[in-house]
Order: sequence, then C-alpha cells, then structure tokens
Amino acid sequence: MRPLLSVENLSIGFGKGDSVVKDVSFAVQPGETLALVGESGSGKTVSCRAVLRILPKVAQLRTGRILLNTRGSELDLATLDERRMRDVRGNTVAMIFQEPMRSLSPLHRIGNQVSEVLWLHGRKSEREARKEVLECFERVGFPEPERTYRSYPFELSGGMRQRAMIAMAMVAKPDLLIADEPTTALDVTTQAQVLGLMKELQRESGMAMILVTHDLGVVANMAEQVVVMHKGRVMESGRAEPMLRTPAHPYTKALFNAAPEIPDEAVVAIPPSRDDLIMEMKSVSKTYTLRASKGWQAPTLIHACREVDLRLTRGKTLAVVGESGSGKTTAARIALGAELPDPGGEVLFRPNPDQPAVTVHSMDRAARTAFQRQAQMVFQDPYSSLSPRMRIQDTLVEPLEIHRIGSRAERRDKAADMLRLVGLSPDMLKRYPHAFSGGQRQRLSIARALMLEPALIVCDEPTSALDVSVQEQILLLLEEIRDRQNLSYLFISHDLAVVARIADEVAVMRRGLIVEQAPPETLFYNPQHPYTKALIAAQPEPDIDRPIDLKMVAQGAGAPDCWPEEFRFNGSDAPRLVNLKHLEPGHKVRCHA
Amino acid sequence: MEILRYAIYRFGTMLLTLLVVSVLVFAIINLPPGDYLSNQIAELQATGQSAGVAKAEFLRQEYALDKPLWQQYMIWMGFMPGPHGFSGMIQGNFGWSFEFDSPVADIVGDSLWLTVLVNLSAVIFVYAVALPLGVLAAARARTWIDYTSAFIGYLGLATPNFLLALILFYYGHRWFDLPIGGLMAPEYEGVPMNWDKVKSILVHLIVPTFVIGTAGASAMMQRLRANMLDELGKPYVETAIAKGMKPSRMLAKYPLRVAFNPFVADIGNLLPAMISGSVLVSVVLGLQTIGPTLLTALKTQDMFLSGFVLMFVALLTLIGTMVSDVLLVLLDPRIRYEGRGT
Repeated sequence: MRPLLSVENLSIGFGKGDSVVKDVSFAVQPGETLALVGESGSGKTVSCRAVLRILPKVAQLRTGRILLNTRGSELDLATLDERRMRDVRGNTVAMIFQEPMRSLSPLHRIGNQVSEVLWLHGRKSEREARKEVLECFERVGFPEPERTYRSYPFELSGGMRQRAMIAMAMVAKPDLLIADEPTTALDVTTQAQVLGLMKELQRESGMAMILVTHDLGVVANMAEQVVVMHKGRVMESGRAEPMLRTPAHPYTKALFNAAPEIPDEAVVAIPPSRDDLIMEMKSVSKTYTLRASKGWQAPTLIHACREVDLRLTRGKTLAVVGESGSGKTTAARIALGAELPDPGGEVLFRPNPDQPAVTVHSMDRAARTAFQRQAQMVFQDPYSSLSPRMRIQDTLVEPLEIHRIGSRAERRDKAADMLRLVGLSPDMLKRYPHAFSGGQRQRLSIARALMLEPALIVCDEPTSALDVSVQEQILLLLEEIRDRQNLSYLFISHDLAVVARIADEVAVMRRGLIVEQAPPETLFYNPQHPYTKALIAAQPEPDIDRPIDLKMVAQGAGAPDCWPEEFRFNGSDAPRLVNLKHLEPGHKVRCHA
Repeated sequence: MEILRYAIYRFGTMLLTLLVVSVLVFAIINLPPGDYLSNQIAELQATGQSAGVAKAEFLRQEYALDKPLWQQYMIWMGFMPGPHGFSGMIQGNFGWSFEFDSPVADIVGDSLWLTVLVNLSAVIFVYAVALPLGVLAAARARTWIDYTSAFIGYLGLATPNFLLALILFYYGHRWFDLPIGGLMAPEYEGVPMNWDKVKSILVHLIVPTFVIGTAGASAMMQRLRANMLDELGKPYVETAIAKGMKPSRMLAKYPLRVAFNPFVADIGNLLPAMISGSVLVSVVLGLQTIGPTLLTALKTQDMFLSGFVLMFVALLTLIGTMVSDVLLVLLDPRIRYEGRGT
C-alpha cells in the first residue's frame, strides 16, 4: 500500500546555521499512528511542522520531499504553492498543539473558532457548519455542546480546551492529524482520558496520526510506528511493538532507562520512624474567599486545603502528589510560612533534634529570619526562577548577603563549592543564566537553595519542566545531596513515577484533602483509594502489554460523589464525615469506617 | 443589557470624578497669592484711579470673592446661593472674565466646539494613520516597509510641532494653495453656519490636524506594532494558520483583535495630551481654539475663565476615558465576564 504521507530525506536549517533536521525520512500509513519521539532540541517538532509548513520565517526546507497521497492525487508539500497549501491545512492535514491554554484565541467564542475550519474550506453554510460542530463537540465529550459553542476559552479547563482543539482538528474529517505533544501540559488523569479519546476517534474515522512526544509511555499506548530522533537525526525507526520490547539503538535504550517507572513488585515497606520530626502540620486548612461578581451574592469559599496532617521525619522525603488544584502547592506554601493557615491549624518546625519546635505561622521578625535560613525552596520553572540580569555568582551569594554570613571571599568560595556539589564547574560563576540549559539551571536553583545550609528544602515540581534524561540526573543529584547532608525534603509533584523513586512517604491529595498516605512501595503495590488507583492507572508506561486502564481512570478521577460507596463524600464538611483510617502501620486511607 | 448597566455605572463614576476635579481645579487656580481683582485694585490705587477701585470692589462683592474660599467654591459650582441666588456652573452660568470684561460663555463661545473639532479630527487622523501602518509594520517586520515607516514615524515624533507647522504652511500654501493660519477664512468669522463656511473650516483644518496628529500617530503606530509582534508569536496564530486561513484574514481576525485593546485604551490618554500639547500649536497657527484663551487666562489670573477652561478639558478627558472603557468591555469578553469565574 502507498503511504499516506512520506517524508523523504528532509533537511531543515535556520538562517545560515547548520541544519537542525538532517536527512530525516519516515512514512505514515493510512489509519496508523506514527510516534516521533525525542527530547527537546531533537528536531521532532520542526519535522512535524514542516509537513504543514508552519515554521518560523527564518527556517528553510533545504532538501527533501514531503509527499501526501490523498484523494487520488500526490502532492509535494515541500514545494506546493501557498494557496494550495492553505487547502491542505485544516482540511486534509490538521494539527493539535501543545498548549491548549494558549492555542485558542482568548477573544473569540469556541464555536466560532471551530466552525471557522468548515467555513474556510468552503464546504458548509453557517447553519450546516454549526450543526456539524455541535455533533463534533458531543463526540469529543462536551456534556453541553450548545453551551460550549457559546463559551470563551477562559471559561473551560485545560482538559476541556484540549478537547475543543481536538474538535477543531477533527471537524473537517482530515486524513492526517498531527498532534504536537498534545497532552504534555495536562494532568496525568486528564492526559489518559484525552489519549483515549484520540485513539477512539482515530478508530472511528480511520485517519492517520503523527504523534510528537517525549514520553515513551504515551508511545506504548498509542503508536503502531515509532521514529526516535536525536539532535536532528533519526536514531531508530520501525514498528512499535518490537522496538519497545527490545530497543536496538543505544540512544533508545538510554531513553528507556531514564523513563521513571512505578514499581510493581511488593517490597516490605518500613514507614519512617516518628520520633525525630523536622516538620509537622496539624489539621491545616486554607480557605480562600472569591468575591462574588454581584454585590448581593454571597462570596464563594474555596477550600484549598482541608484538615491536612503531614509529618516529615528528619533526613527523609515526604512527597505530596496531586493534580493541579488539589491543594498541594498551597500546603507547601503554608509549610514555608508564605501563607497563613486558617485558625486551628498549626505548623511546627524543629531545626535541630535537641531544640524546641517553633511555630511557623506565628514568628517574630528575628525568628522568621532564622527560619528562612533553615528552610529553602527549589522552584518548578528553572527558566523564570533565576534572574536573567544577575550573574550566577551574584545569585548564589545573595542569600548569604541577606543573612550577613561570611566575608566577601568566603561567600565566593562557598558559591564555588556549591557549583562543584551540584556537578557544575566553578568557572561558570561569571556567566548569566541564559548560558545554561534547563537541567543546568535547575542545578543552579538547587545550589542557591543549598547556600544557606538549610535543614529542609521544599521542592515544588523540580523536574516537571525538564527532559526525561535530565530529570533522571536531577533526581539523582537531589537524592545524593539529601543523603550526604542529612537534608529533609517536602517534595511536591503531580508525577507518581518521579515520586516513586525519591520519596520515603507519599501523601495523595484530591480537592484539598489527603485521600491516601503510605510509603511508596505500599502505595503502588496496594493502593486502596479509587483516586490513587486512577493516578497509577493513568500513568502511561513504556510497556506495550500494560495499556492505560481508562475505566479505572474515569472512575477515580471523577468527582468525589461518584466514588464507590465507602469512599464517597460531598460538601465542605467532608473531612469530619470521612476520616483517614489506618489500614496497616503507615498506610492511611480516607474512607468510611 | 449588561453593557448598558455598565455604561450607566461608568457615567455615574465620571460625574463623581468630575466633582473631585472641580475641587482640584478651584484649589489650583486659587493657589497663587492674590487674585485678578486684588491685583487690579493694588494697581489702580497706585495710580490713584478711585473710580476703577470702586468698580473692582463692586465686582468683588458681585462674585462673592470676599467670602471664604469654600463658599466661593460652592457658589462657583452653583451648590450654594451667591449674591444672585443659585447661579453657578451647574446652572449654566460660567462666570465673568475680568480680563475681557465680559461673560466667560461669550469669550469661549465658538472656540469650544472648534477645540473639539480640531482635536477630534487629530484623534481620527492618529487612528487612521496608526492602524494600517502599525499592522503593516508588524506583518512585514524587519523589512524595508517596517524600517521606512519607523523612520518617518520617528521623524514625526522628533520634529517640534511649531516647526512642522511653519514648514507645512509654507509648502502647503505654495503647492496646494492651502490657507495660512486660522480655522476659517476671516470673512466667515461670526457669520452663522453655512456650506461655504464649513468648506472653509475643512480646508483650514488640514494643516493643524496633521501637525497635532503626527507625534501621536507615530507613537501609537510603534505601540501597535510592538503589541502586534507580541501577539504574532502566540500559539493561537499558529492554530489559525494550521486551519488554512489566509494570512491577511488571520491577521485581522486574531492578533489585531488582541492587540487592539491597548489601542482603544489610549483614547482616554490621547485627548488630554493633545489638548495641552496643542496650546502652543494653536498660538503659532492662530487657531481660535481654547488653548490660547487658557494661556491668557492663567497668565492674568483670570480665575473664572481659567477655571472654566480647565473644567472643560477635564470633561473631555473623562469622556474619552469613559468611551474607551465602554469600548473595551464591548471588545474583550475577558473584561466583560470578570468576576463571574470560570
């Protein structure tokens, strides 16, 4: 059979520079999914965008052909003129982008933006188009298509916006769909549902798909064909199944090894001892008041955290896992004293085993300064958490200056030591952040957090902006430093697989409540709560024999009042009605007794 | 419906603001020591003209200048009965100009609407020039079109307005037979409106509009270009192209709509900047706008006249801000739905 799309010896460069895509070839069969896999900078995105020729102006297609065989004709998209190219875009070949938040115009209604595809390709009157779009909305899972048609993007959640994007791509019934990291910006359970939807739609319509991703787990769940790219070249390509079982190329193997995995063997878990706690949160709640739009309406209360109890043993790592909006970041901010808990909650911090504990939220100025020396934070986005106008040396030395520690020379020596500790070289001290890669920047943030020799570090999703192989290195570094310096981590993440390797104890949060808490081995081997089960099931695994169990995801990730009887709750008095119950030592689940 | 409610609300706040402004204006014109009449009296007494002094004393009582300041303010605004009952700004009595020895209303008369006319046509000029050029410069960024329009724009920004006015007068007169100075041919002054007068005014408007508008137009063009360039890099633009849209249509529908917000918000800032900026131009060009009157009134401490002119300028500014606010709400659903939550 002739392939629907075949890319032959494609090379693309920017300006006068070297080619960023070198001699790349692949082919997509009708109805099949081809996964383009690679890390950032591998050229996978540039290659897939070249198919629709939506590249930056400076990019040049240097050599190669992009042949599209469809509806009885063969077109070379590399040389097709602009006008005919516009007929292809959105009509025969559609595309879904990475960021659903920003890929829709904020000022136009969803219905307008989606039905525009049909108007543009001149196939439908406005009324017919509307009808078709409404059908499509229903198909991609909008409960009220009419309402969605009238909504603006900011009225929808991230997952819903990505569904709208899918509807936009699907409505003209294209032969080929290009999806550029369609689920990277989504929560793991949302990702599972969106992937499931895409697969289903593909089966129904018989279209082919190019899926660009960095996640081998997504590949294993979606693709028939795989192309692995690295630095602009194809490393390995072929059918998904044999390649995922026995990767041949060393780079593919390295990718596999770096992918974090949820362990599935039972290990006897020893819950951390409770006699030397560095931090203790006792029934911490946080309620935000949202002012009503109309003066006479009562303000809405948002319960970001409800009755959260966390205890962190010295030298250990406590991970808090949950989706966006689960309250995990609020909990971390309260732990650091950046927010006050509601009255009744308490946060205790004991910097040394032999000192009395201090209460974090009622400290005077001096105590707060002392506390800040002991507790530091590593942020999620290494690109925006370092000042672009400060040299690395100034960034690293600043905490010491604020706390007036050491002389000038001592501070500088310390900064050099820290760089060595995080695996960078002291002669980088004079550079600015833009001269570093994402992974190096995250090392710098870690070095900055370590400058004050804290006892506790709060890590807020420290690896979620990084490539898999870099993520692996950063996790290794964090572990090594923790063990060497007897640090304690409060580790915030949405990724169970990351948490699986670094944490000593995991608390799963949902809607501001801790729903299950246990050492990772126990939690992954014997999850009790439907939401924990959904999180584990939704994690795409690079194992072709273990596809995502969508049913389990849908059940656990739904609203708390759809959970099985024994876990169900609704309303704001939930924590009092449904308690955390001890199943075995160190394993707690929120369920009816 | 919601938009109507917002417009009414916005009108209410405008009136409140205007009240606050009136207090400020009154305070400011009373800040310099003395007032027109006491200066006059001192001068008359020094030259020994007692008849004039009597008249000045009469005027002082007539306009309640012998009362405490807060009462003067209340009488001026018409909140309190003065020597002749309620007769202040809100009753339509704008006071007496001592310098010109006639009612303020008579002095400003025509120049009021001529001011509005000149500035409105300048604002329209700014938008008419900045919109297409800004979009074009952004769409063809870093090409000769972009550089040429930027060069002309900076030239417009950097040239002093009065110099530009003189140059335009000279060449305009030489090549196109445009009239020099004034806002209408002398024979139409004081004549009731007729078609020839309108034509005369329109021809006279060309140079002032251009002079007052250039700086604003080039500044706004650069702002629009920068906003557009920011928007062009956003993913939703890519989405639109991937749908198969024509670049020109895409440009107008998506990035321009978003980049339009600051453009609209500028209406409010543009009016006051132009009115105060056009004072000098009006003096140089001999335009019968309110600018030169304000200048004279301030120099001679003619308090009612300057007070009225300042209030008028404030009113124009507030109306401009209100119009841009209401337009923004119409244009941007994010503002319209604010507070409703997602």
